[in-house]
Amino acid sequence: MEPDREPTNSVQLQDSFSFEGPVRPRNYTRRKALNLFVKGLLIVAAVLVLYPVVDILYLFAYKGLQVISISRLIETTAGAASFNPHAAGGLANAILGTLFIVGLSSMIAVPLGVFGGVYLAEFSNDNRFSSIVRFFADVLAGVPSIILGYVGFLVLVLRFNLGYSALGAAIVLSVLMFPYTVRATELALKRVPNGIKEGALALGSSKTTIINRLSLKFALPGILTGILLSLSISVGETAPLLYTAGFSDYINWTACCHTQIGYLTYVVFTFYTIPTTNAIDLSYLATFLLILIVLVINIVARVGLRRLSRDLESRI
Amino acid sequence: MARHLQDTIYKYVTMCLSGVALALIFIIIGVLIDSSYPALVVYGSKFFTSITWNAELTGSICYTSGIAHMCGATFGVLVYLTGTLLSSGIALLIGAPAAVGLAIVLAEIAPRRLASPISFVMELMAGIPSVIYGFWGILVLVPYLKSTLEVGLSHSLSSVPIFSGAVFSAGLLASGLILALMITPIIASISRDAMRQTPEGLKEAGRALGLTDWEITYKVVLPYARTSIIGSIALGLGRALGETMAVALVCGGASNFLPKTFFYPINTMAAFIVFQLDAAFTDPSGMSISVLAEMALLLMAITMIVNVVARLLVRRGFVSRPENLIQV
Repeated sequence: MEPDREPTNSVQLQDSFSFEGPVRPRNYTRRKALNLFVKGLLIVAAVLVLYPVVDILYLFAYKGLQVISISRLIETTAGAASFNPHAAGGLANAILGTLFIVGLSSMIAVPLGVFGGVYLAEFSNDNRFSSIVRFFADVLAGVPSIILGYVGFLVLVLRFNLGYSALGAAIVLSVLMFPYTVRATELALKRVPNGIKEGALALGSSKTTIINRLSLKFALPGILTGILLSLSISVGETAPLLYTAGFSDYINWTACCHTQIGYLTYVVFTFYTIPTTNAIDLSYLATFLLILIVLVINIVARVGLRRLSRDLESRI
Repeated sequence: MARHLQDTIYKYVTMCLSGVALALIFIIIGVLIDSSYPALVVYGSKFFTSITWNAELTGSICYTSGIAHMCGATFGVLVYLTGTLLSSGIALLIGAPAAVGLAIVLAEIAPRRLASPISFVMELMAGIPSVIYGFWGILVLVPYLKSTLEVGLSHSLSSVPIFSGAVFSAGLLASGLILALMITPIIASISRDAMRQTPEGLKEAGRALGLTDWEITYKVVLPYARTSIIGSIALGLGRALGETMAVALVCGGASNFLPKTFFYPINTMAAFIVFQLDAAFTDPSGMSISVLAEMALLLMAITMIVNVVARLLVRRGFVSRPENLIQV
């Protein structure tokens, strides 16, 4: 390798004992310029990449605030496609439908996922089975949601003859949530300090007691973060629901079977193609509400819960 | 003794629950193979080589080896496979460098006080539903491409075949750009975390040798995080291949022809399955359901291979917080 400094420079210094300023690395100016250039380029790239998100947030906040009204939040979409400019129609059915489906799916996914995570973190000792499970959970998280939807359609809608229903949609979404819940629980439990568990063990607690009374309590913020973020993914899903939930203009609380149910993402996907102002406004409103939900969940999960977990950790 | 029994029961019950992940993958693959069997028997390898998709929904029903299908129907996946691969390829070409750039800005350039709000925006980017990206694509991106970028490209690069010819409103370039946006937070967040794990001592050694900031990034940080960065790009590819709603809205819904330029309308396997929802019900022979299952199986195989490679590359170690998991 070539030395970085000019050899003549150092020789001069030794011979004459004259001070000629600090030794400059070779090509110093060019390298400095390159450094600045690349930094500038990277910052431009970052701004370009982030600009669309800001534009999305701004555009839909602007449009959403223009079209939002109480009546649009409490009426159903029935009649929304009518050409009457004063047509009635709101999103109550879609809002409640989304909450219903996502609520049902977390009732399935959360218990399964949390206790699956308990096994990985507390019982498995990182054995072979647990690494296989982890691997498959990661693979499951990577399966495109349209495939989950189509398999849900094949199995639930056709083979089990549930038809389009909230239950079918919830089962498919719970498959989507499950791997996140498992892995988030595992990671949260593994961050619980061993000292606490060992202390309880020394006092004669059983493993079951330690997990239920101590570990899960201390890991709660992390587990909730995982659950909340997987909820925010489920709220925004469209593809799996198209094949399992259908859509309904009316509010219904029937989970099963052959009863279609409305949800917000469907309104975004289809209503803008209906050539009436009201329908297009509703698709803006649905987008706005979805972004609002995702934003709130993200802020709660990332800021609120992080603080909670810091509090818990400081009390140890 | 009773306690010991309780612990044992707890252990095995939770073990079964964690095994659900395994069971689900096998169920998904099993169901898809089972459902696509009739299509495999009737159409065989023609499925992969034909560009025509014609379900002949109004024709009469014929039988091949006892399996019902519409007479004269052809099902070729080639248009959709090409669309999936090309749009994801463009997404990687544009998205990966931009995302790694963003990661470098977050890990190396931006001061911490600026980096955390930017990180938050990036995490939000990962959280915005796919269908909303598509809606934005229709409202903003596609009109912009049609009026400005594509016209500009086709004027200035008209001698290059892939940039010449008519400009369509939605198509390959729009799909690629939207996908590039969607995979950016995945690649950027994993790469950022990997870069931040570079030992401080290595960077300080570089600084002591007189390296500039960029040289430290290029010669120390990037090589250190290389495997994870490549893995994150593979994860992004996996996401792009299976992305459905955003592409469904901006792809142009092509069928029966292959794209010749960057501006052509395309269609992807995932988007096409959404578009075929009706055909699944209106095909009196039920063959459409089977053919779509075969398409889903092909998509599943491709994404699974990409994801498995990605998982092996992204080092496990640094996914240590539950909130980081979600982008992975």
